[in-house]
Amino acid sequence: MRHSTRIAVGPVQFRVGSDWAEPIAALDRLYANYSKHEDRPADATVRLFAARPWRRWLRPSVHIGGDYVVPDALPLPLSMGLLAAEMGMNLQVALGWRRHLLLHASAVAKGARAVILSGASGSGKSTLAALLGEGDWRLMGDEFTLLAPESGEAFAFPRAVSLKNEAIAELASRVDPARLGPLLAGTPKGDIRHLVPCAEAIDRMDEAARPSLLLFPRFGGDAAVEPMGEGEAFVRLTEASTNYIALGEAGFDALTRLVREVPAFAIAYPDSASGMALVEQLWAEAAR
Amino acid sequence: MGDRRYRAAPPEALRVEPLGQLTAIFDRRSVQTHLVVTPMPEILAAMGAEPCDAEMLAARLAADFDLEGEGDVCAIVAERLRELAELGLVTPA
Amino acid sequence: MSAIETLVDLLAGRRDPEALNPGEWDGVIGVARAEAMLATLAKRLADAALPEPVAQLLADQRRAAEVATKQALWEAEMARRALAPERIEFVLLKGTAYAAADLSCSAGRQIGDLDILVGRQDLGRAENALLKAGWEWVKSDPYDDAYYREHMHELPPLIHKSRDRMIDVHHTILPRTHRKTPDPLAMLADAVPTADGFAVLCPTDMACHCAAHLLADGDLQGGLRNLWDYHRLAGEFAAADPGFWGKLDGRADQHGLRGEVHRAARLARDLYGAALPSGWDRHDPTDRWFRRRLLARDDWGRPTDFLLQQAFYVRSHWLRMPLAMLARHLWTKWRKGHNPASKGTSSA
Repeated sequence: MRHSTRIAVGPVQFRVGSDWAEPIAALDRLYANYSKHEDRPADATVRLFAARPWRRWLRPSVHIGGDYVVPDALPLPLSMGLLAAEMGMNLQVALGWRRHLLLHASAVAKGARAVILSGASGSGKSTLAALLGEGDWRLMGDEFTLLAPESGEAFAFPRAVSLKNEAIAELASRVDPARLGPLLAGTPKGDIRHLVPCAEAIDRMDEAARPSLLLFPRFGGDAAVEPMGEGEAFVRLTEASTNYIALGEAGFDALTRLVREVPAFAIAYPDSASGMALVEQLWAEAAR
Repeated sequence: MGDRRYRAAPPEALRVEPLGQLTAIFDRRSVQTHLVVTPMPEILAAMGAEPCDAEMLAARLAADFDLEGEGDVCAIVAERLRELAELGLVTPA
Repeated sequence: MSAIETLVDLLAGRRDPEALNPGEWDGVIGVARAEAMLATLAKRLADAALPEPVAQLLADQRRAAEVATKQALWEAEMARRALAPERIEFVLLKGTAYAAADLSCSAGRQIGDLDILVGRQDLGRAENALLKAGWEWVKSDPYDDAYYREHMHELPPLIHKSRDRMIDVHHTILPRTHRKTPDPLAMLADAVPTADGFAVLCPTDMACHCAAHLLADGDLQGGLRNLWDYHRLAGEFAAADPGFWGKLDGRADQHGLRGEVHRAARLARDLYGAALPSGWDRHDPTDRWFRRRLLARDDWGRPTDFLLQQAFYVRSHWLRMPLAMLARHLWTKWRKGHNPASKGTSSA
């Protein structure tokens, strides 16, 4: 393909090809501090492509593909090419990764132990993780957490954090502007800006951590904490995993072990400060 | 109705892991995970190596559990066995 | 050398995997994924000394393939449990059959749907038994439904409501409207049992079906994988039975598939290095279009050679349907595609 780049995130080596220069340039700026690993073969291929050759210039719209393509998926305008690239990377990992159990969860670590925040889009897990990552915590990832079946350890997958709508302002006020990507306004998910994880998170991306707290956050409503039973946590996690079925018994092992060894809570919080406070509180209790 | 016989899975085929209120059962033959609640695990545990029917199982369960006021146990067990067969956890014998 | 040619060479054993450089692996892995052959490659290279990231990726694939094969065989088992009470006999086809019969091409082979062959007279009862056991129709429109029943060689697709896996019930191996009409009754009659008591096609029929599926059923999408199946099947059957090639020739003739079976053998020779006996080891100038079509993929995994693709697409429809029907079918498809009301429907 005409334009391309490579990005290594945790254990995954991507190659990204594009019919246009702009999304590659945007990726290169956002991931400037990440290793490209030119010599390492790519595990996953992302392609940003025009449906017809003339659509590179005429009302350019970016189709997302690569190893895996979602049929009939709607393309994005070229102005949102960076978003397309990020979605493309998520897609290839979600559908193709088999080495670890994949959870739709963010994770932050302190020392050798980690908190996993599992939830769908809108649960606030990305924002909470990003905010914690700006404090004493190491951001492991905001979209996916990788769980090794044999050891039960969590592996980092620290991509650029996708901040939506109000979260943008919250983080923008706390970080060096150079760590923010361009504003992508009016996307199907609202306004988006990407946040580059801090240097420590990037440098330590190959370090695993032992899950010690499992949280299911829900943004909105009064602050609340509810302990979650093993059974319910298990069910929720299978629903949050894109490759549980493909992993067979190894996936079963990983999740039964996780829910038995790690305390789990559903938490609700009205704003980020309360959310973060709940995390710290439950962390302190779990450490005892 | 309660006289249809079923055979349980061979001993190494299932991994039965109690998880609080639920029991997670991993069937190595189908590579599927089933999440079940009482009385499924108890019924499976009561089956043994030989084919059995709902009536036999109801009697075994009555010996180990207090089933007073549980209604027509045989009919309930027959229904559960049918469901277990649909999941592939037991086979019509 | 292109990535797809390198992939073919690796599968054929003509290329030493330890000699590939990192840049070459990018293309080989990407193309292998696009051809649904990454796990097959992983099995082939299980003992090679590979760069660590590649070794890990291929190990992942081998593990995942084992899980997937077990899941596919379970579908066969559940179909058996559904059909047995009705005493409906069925024969496993394609990937599930290869796995059930433990054939070498099943190593790492991706299996999609469960394909089974039943007698035409059993079709209605099979349909009912499967519906009763939890399969349901994949939603379609009345035209597609009628098309399937009348003209294709299978029931409309069924999907299991809780396991979410599809079953395709065939009563012949090529569409009823196809120009070729292999003999399903003979195939059913001569089916052979596997160790677990499933029925699969006998070796010559399996090779015929594979060749038909590769060359007579479509536009060669996924052709490299189908050709690999053929190559491994023929090699395995010939090694076990010196008379295999002769029997295959006769059986292919019986089914009207002699051309396809021979061409498949030649393509397996040209791409995968199959050794062919005399009488099979010919050279046909038209093979080169098929070779080109099979290798039409670039190093990013994209199909290339658009015009050739289109030519094969039209050919596949031409093979399947008498011309008058073709026009009507394509017109209806076009109409549906352009009708704003039908935006949500999936196309063939």
